[in-house]
Amino acid sequence: MSGRSPLKAAFLADRERIALRHGALLDPGWRSRLGTLSIFGGGAALYVASFFLLDMSLSHLIGGFWRLTDIVGLMVPPTPGSWSRFYLYVGAIGQTLSIAFLGTLMAALLAVPMGFLAARNVVANRIVHLLARRSLDTIRSIDTLIWALIWINVVGLGPFAGVLAIMCSDFGAFGKLMSEAIETASHKPVEGILAAGGSRFSAIRFGVVPQVLPVFASQVLYYFESNTRSATIIGIVGAGGIGLQLSELIRVLEWQQAAFVILMVLVTVAAIDQVSQLLRGAIIGRRR
Amino acid sequence: MDHTVIIPPDAQLEPLLRAYRAAVAARRRQFLTGLAVMAATFALACIGAEVDPALFWDQLGNFTSYFGRLAHLDSGAIVLSDPAEWFWGLRRWTLMLRDTLLMAYAGTLTGAVFAFCGGFLCSRNLVSSAKLRFVVRRLLEICRTVPDIVFALIFVAAFGLGALPGVLAIAIHTTGALGKLFSEVVENIDMKPVEGIAASGGGWISQVRFGVVPQVLSNFASYTVLRFEINVRGAAVLGFVGAGGIGEELIIAIRKFFYSDVSAMLVMIVVCVMVIDTLSEKLRHRLLAMDRHA
Repeated sequence: MSGRSPLKAAFLADRERIALRHGALLDPGWRSRLGTLSIFGGGAALYVASFFLLDMSLSHLIGGFWRLTDIVGLMVPPTPGSWSRFYLYVGAIGQTLSIAFLGTLMAALLAVPMGFLAARNVVANRIVHLLARRSLDTIRSIDTLIWALIWINVVGLGPFAGVLAIMCSDFGAFGKLMSEAIETASHKPVEGILAAGGSRFSAIRFGVVPQVLPVFASQVLYYFESNTRSATIIGIVGAGGIGLQLSELIRVLEWQQAAFVILMVLVTVAAIDQVSQLLRGAIIGRRR
Repeated sequence: MDHTVIIPPDAQLEPLLRAYRAAVAARRRQFLTGLAVMAATFALACIGAEVDPALFWDQLGNFTSYFGRLAHLDSGAIVLSDPAEWFWGLRRWTLMLRDTLLMAYAGTLTGAVFAFCGGFLCSRNLVSSAKLRFVVRRLLEICRTVPDIVFALIFVAAFGLGALPGVLAIAIHTTGALGKLFSEVVENIDMKPVEGIAASGGGWISQVRFGVVPQVLSNFASYTVLRFEINVRGAAVLGFVGAGGIGEELIIAIRKFFYSDVSAMLVMIVVCVMVIDTLSEKLRHRLLAMDRHA
């Protein structure tokens, strides 16, 4: 071994002196070791405890794995069943995309004024700013699926409830992003406009908006991507789209068709990712 | 202080103005085209998603009154007047919320361990085999793209009702999401320590252990904490499909119109998520600060 690597041989020969020189690195001392050990030990203990507290046993796990392999076996080959079912699924995917698009767009439009309200450098009033921030946080911490359930109670089952659900949960996220983008925007263009006699409105329109818009647009596109994923699942609680079909198929154990629908979702999401990446590049590139 | 603005003669001004107007017109055309495309897509999507503004307007009162009902007990009193009655199931719900947190914890940790292995195996600077990288990458992509609740639906069919399918679903989704981030971190490291270890005769394992891990650990930890935060939100709704935690109770309450129960559980979830958000933000800042000192 040492014949192949002269550096290693040299190191081994000089080992004692190196150990002496870099003692602190080689032996960090019991205090630091104890800290690391207790973090890792505590983490592992909690992990093991969680298995007991959640009633998860190894036999349960292994039994389930056998059934899972059976299910995966039943999934091949994925097939839509018939052409009419295929068209049904394509329509459902279209509906899912519509839900994601509308939800994201409406959330973005609503979030713009809210973002200005929640930005510290636009609205100087601390109470308004704090209230806006907290309410955005609250909206954000409620999951899309819960919003979907609430909206189903209001507008009934169907994709419209899904649109409103995505709109609500994204409104919180966009408001926060927008206000952060506004707060980090440079103040110089605003001062320039005010100095040249522009009004407060033109200061925002020509000083802040051009800085914020490309950042915000690329964020919105990113959320559109992630919303196509969320839109595929809100159907599970009855808010339209492909999720409705998928959960039905899984409930009636039509595994081949379920696998086909999952594949369709994968392909659609990949396609949307590509398109939005192109668009994002165009937006950021053009404005710069 | 008397400034005079020098205006060039018309002959010079003319082409400048023309170029300026052309540039503005081109941008405006571009903007209008974008707007038209957007409007067309919007209209198409409205048809696709069966959007009905009239229905929305009619039922909007329903939305506000829904929140009104959430704020009232069965007896008709406002919830804050009798917190004990509002949170009558506090013990039970706390236990379920604890289960939700534990599901998120166990799932995140399991996923992080797998992502730790996967992230190294699909990094261009550590693995020279393009085939291996391709396979690992596609696997991670599938784990990431299928939403965790879809995994939960399938696992509930295989493992039965309970927390186990939820934990597995979170673990798989986390593996995909973290694996990608981890491999991006690994691909951006400084390769000098790795080369040093390779030059002095260290094998692949010691190159990774002593050359890569010390550089990436704090970043990995920070991403994992962030993912835990996301997974807590996700775990709260996994119960909707029967995968354990507070979601099971919540969906029953929503479906059966137990309004004050719904609002009590929502308050608990929101408070819990906010506390975890704040803690995790602090923790991540400290982790990243550690990285800067090192």
